[in-house]
Amino acid sequence: MIFWIFRVATYGILACGAAVFLDIVVKGSRTVFTAEPPFLNTTFLTAAPESLYVFEWEGRRMEMGDREFRDFKERNPAAAQLKAESYVYSAGGIFPCIVGTVLLVAGSMALALALGVGAAVYLNEYARDGKFIRFVRLAILNLAGVPSIVFGLFGFGMFVIFFGWNVSLLAGWFTLAFMVLPVVITASEEALKAVPIGFRAGSLALGATKWQTIRKNVLPYAMPGILTSSILGIARVAGETAPIMFTAAYAVRDDLPWQVQRLGDFFFQGVMALPYHIYVVSSKIPQNEYTERVQYGTAFVFLGIVALIATASIVFRHRLRNRHQW
Amino acid sequence: MVDALSLSMDSLPFAARHRLPGEAPDDRSLPVTAVVRPAASGESTAGGPALAEIDHLDFYYGSKRALSDVCLEIERHKVTALIGPSGCGKSTLLRCLNRMNDLIEGTRIGRGTIKIHGVDINRPDVDVIELRKRVGMVFQKSNPFPKSIYENITYGLRLQGIKAKARLDEIVERALRGAALWDEVKDRLHESGLGLSGGQQQRLCIARAIAVEPEVILMDEPCSALDPVATAKIEELIQDLRTRFTIIIVTHNMQQAARCSDYTAFFYLGRLIEYNATRDIFTNPANPQTEAYVSGRFG
Repeated sequence: MIFWIFRVATYGILACGAAVFLDIVVKGSRTVFTAEPPFLNTTFLTAAPESLYVFEWEGRRMEMGDREFRDFKERNPAAAQLKAESYVYSAGGIFPCIVGTVLLVAGSMALALALGVGAAVYLNEYARDGKFIRFVRLAILNLAGVPSIVFGLFGFGMFVIFFGWNVSLLAGWFTLAFMVLPVVITASEEALKAVPIGFRAGSLALGATKWQTIRKNVLPYAMPGILTSSILGIARVAGETAPIMFTAAYAVRDDLPWQVQRLGDFFFQGVMALPYHIYVVSSKIPQNEYTERVQYGTAFVFLGIVALIATASIVFRHRLRNRHQW
Repeated sequence: MVDALSLSMDSLPFAARHRLPGEAPDDRSLPVTAVVRPAASGESTAGGPALAEIDHLDFYYGSKRALSDVCLEIERHKVTALIGPSGCGKSTLLRCLNRMNDLIEGTRIGRGTIKIHGVDINRPDVDVIELRKRVGMVFQKSNPFPKSIYENITYGLRLQGIKAKARLDEIVERALRGAALWDEVKDRLHESGLGLSGGQQQRLCIARAIAVEPEVILMDEPCSALDPVATAKIEELIQDLRTRFTIIIVTHNMQQAARCSDYTAFFYLGRLIEYNATRDIFTNPANPQTEAYVSGRFG
């Protein structure tokens, strides 16, 4: 009896998960894939979001994006007075969001790894275990439980307002990095602890300094473990909407991140991001039959990108692990 | 800062360092039996040129005294065995000699000095990194790094900034020959050191230690995890190595001490009970406690 309750519960969870995924994959693939070659909706993947115009023309129902519609009106003067219904964000694609998300993930993970591994090295290799260090560890663990919207607010107050970075990549990087830092620090410390003490002793006995030992004979072996944890971090960083909505994300932006005047401006520009785009098209604009394809298409691409980044890190981790296995 | 230790060490005649092939006869090619063993019996321990002098040493782990009033002189190019029951302080003393105890929190020297070539190694201006280059160590549990055999041996050399491939190749071969491992691994130098058997791993660790050409090699129960065949190989190797290095070995195995050391120091409860030529310790111990231990009545 008990057995069946657990069994049904477990399969129930699986079924729910499968339903969510299938829903996204089925509806999303209608947007992302097409029936004719190249079988991929290249517009959706490479264009920026546009308004969709729907109108009757010579007895046929036409659907056109903003730019296409303007061209059409130029070519057909008769269409100038045409009454078309417009739907925001329902045409074009999500390319700026893809770029923005990739940039946010890459920058914030680089920051989180640099800061997190540094902190873990300090805590595990240098700090003398005492009351204070135990308190620091506890504080770090507690930080992991802070809701992401609180991090968003912190980032807004700290980076956007106080440092005056405005809504920018840099502010988003730091906010997201702070959000995943507890995970990265805790896991890096575990990975460092797993490196046998004999490797450190052996290295020191050969006349290595402490830092040489850590750099050459401890960190390389801990790296696979550290990367394992950061893969979880990547999914979280890519997926969070709350921390970036005040700090880094724009609902719409025409320029791509590399279209900046000066190199320095690169860090101080807001970007579009996939999770924020889903949020915007799902709750900030009037819902209609055309928004659904954007929502599901974006969700599908989003899942694909997270899977891609995670796979890349797993492959990288395996290569590292094969090099140094003990 | 005056590096007193390295100054005084440099002024001493070293065994030839990293000789090129052909420059000098390769003493590794000599059969083991050709190594002339000094007649240990009858030699006075105080007579030879002492390499290390341990003088009235007290050592503490926190408030617990691990060594009390230890006085010992270690001779150059001899094998000195430290024996005694577990917890008698022999490993602690060994780790004092390259200051590996610095890594353990709460350890301190209460009284006394350890001098190597007359320089107190615990003096604040002694470079502990330099000390450890000159006093190498082989651990109880073999700890090859999870790198290739080649990288394991070049590890210490790269730390010293030796980068030239030809030179590294040459030292690797020399060190592996020195550790009697060359013939077994010469075709797989770039495979992981962890793929070797236990005895080979321990010899790899010895090769790694001798690659940096230390003067002294500390061995902390190097055979305790090995089978008799691998143990015999290491013991043979120790005989071989003492022509070039001073070896201090901690062992639980009294036959091992008897077989491969020139001098033996017996420790009990943190005190040095007796220190003499190995033959005297085992055949004619002066102290009844020593006799009880070496004859197997306790410990």
